[in-house]
Amino acid sequence: MRGTATRNAILWGVVGILLIVVVWELYKTFAPDDGIVLFAVEGERRSGIRVSPRASDRAMPHLFDIVQALFQPVSGQGTPILINLVALGVLRTLGYAAVGWIIALIVALVLALVMQRWRLAEWGVLPWVVVSQTVPLIAFAPILATIGFQLNEQGIAWPQWLTVSVIASYLAFFPMTVGALRGLTSVDRTQLELMHSYAAGYWATLIKLRLPAAVPHLLPALRLGATTAIIGAIVAEVSIGVGGGIGGLLIGTAGQGTSDPAKPWGPVLGAVALGFIAVGIVALISLLLSRFRRQEATA
Amino acid sequence: MTPTVPPATELATAAVAVSGATKVFSTRAGDVHALSAVDLTVAAGEFVSLIGPSGCGKSTLLRLIADLDTPTAGSLAVFGKPARQARLDQDYGIAFQQAGLLPWRTVTANITLPLELHGMSAPDRQQRAAELIAMVGLDEFAGAFPDQLSGGMQQRVAIARSLAAGPRLLLMDEPFGALDEMTRERMQTELTRIAAETGAAVVFVTHSIPEAVYLSDRVVVMSARPGRITEIVDIPFKGVRDEALRESPAFFERVTAVREALHGAPIDRANER
Repeated sequence: MRGTATRNAILWGVVGILLIVVVWELYKTFAPDDGIVLFAVEGERRSGIRVSPRASDRAMPHLFDIVQALFQPVSGQGTPILINLVALGVLRTLGYAAVGWIIALIVALVLALVMQRWRLAEWGVLPWVVVSQTVPLIAFAPILATIGFQLNEQGIAWPQWLTVSVIASYLAFFPMTVGALRGLTSVDRTQLELMHSYAAGYWATLIKLRLPAAVPHLLPALRLGATTAIIGAIVAEVSIGVGGGIGGLLIGTAGQGTSDPAKPWGPVLGAVALGFIAVGIVALISLLLSRFRRQEATA
Repeated sequence: MTPTVPPATELATAAVAVSGATKVFSTRAGDVHALSAVDLTVAAGEFVSLIGPSGCGKSTLLRLIADLDTPTAGSLAVFGKPARQARLDQDYGIAFQQAGLLPWRTVTANITLPLELHGMSAPDRQQRAAELIAMVGLDEFAGAFPDQLSGGMQQRVAIARSLAAGPRLLLMDEPFGALDEMTRERMQTELTRIAAETGAAVVFVTHSIPEAVYLSDRVVVMSARPGRITEIVDIPFKGVRDEALRESPAFFERVTAVREALHGAPIDRANER
């Protein structure tokens, strides 16, 4: 049973990728170069409303060209092959995001534990956690970069990538905090009273009951946190100008897009791969914790 | 956890001694008198059921004994100690309507949880769990997880867990309430056997008159608003019960006695009308 389910999942994954390839090439073949534009006025530039993307070679290169560009030097003879740079960028950004994800996990667990223990803290902290997510990333990324710079000037080592990780954690801690709080408060009254009757204190109840019971709520939050950490890391790289990661590559190759339109798609594919890797890592974690995902059948 | 010196009264030997226990819950609609000046003594090894309509305070009384709630007035002693001390000393085991098993722990690991919390060594825990699993007849399921068990089996595990620390008092709040009738009757018979084997006193909350009569040495009949004891019905059957008892005239006679106590008036029987 388990085996066929896995085979089916892989099969559907392959079918999904093939479907994207087919749709991409069909659209490119049959759609007008300028995309489908409604209410366009004859002879007037930029008039009308474009309802589908451009299909010109500049906007939408053939997939074959995109793959080919991956295996060519980035800018002329003697420069590194694009796919090597993309692979390196994926690893770098994955590292930034991973550090951010771990910071976010620690912050989320601490906040959730405090809010679970003291209801007053929940009323006081949770609104701020929600409001924090309305502050746009690009607004405070430069501020954080400046703070990091000043720390360096005062002799406190603060590498630039750490700023990227902090920004990534800022995005990721929100879903993780909400998930952790829901998990910690998800225990049955019966189970709590049983722990009380065993004269178990706060810490024993936390370790034997609350934390294990939180796992089913925490796992989706970890996955959501992983993907938002990657988005945060990429945006942070771009907005504070850290090179070498996938965000830096996206900006770098976009500049060459006019001469070689297939090239910027390399880092885009890299970003997609990055998402897959992150979700894969969380899937491994949830496999390790599968015992805690068992649910009690209702009596 | 320093042991307290039991007071030098005859109540010191009783499993439970409740005197003048009152519990008032303050709600927005006003005070609710869940219990009003209740007196009750449960002797060591005695099986006592609490029965009555919803809101009569039978569960509240059990929760006071278990120190899950504190009385507004009156006093409670469990083996001569304050209820809180008895809880800290693990003098009682408790089971609820919901088994409350931890889904990520096996049957064995669920039973050993209270022992683990009290620092018993792993080999001792395993041995104790094996004994208890044998007692509730789940030997084949020692390594199973709760979601692999039926409701009746889960409740057996909950009972085994409540017995883990070897308590001399068992508190049970409608433990068979969610089970089907056949499983329920089988569990009742097993409970009388387990209570006899362990020699533990039992305080058993139920809605079912036949269940109370079948299990108990005494049935405490309660009424609501305010929650109080209206009558205590003695049940003369001794020791382990068997299925034949359920069909005997003596059994029906006691069922009628409890029912009359519940309704507060004699009831016409269909065949005597």
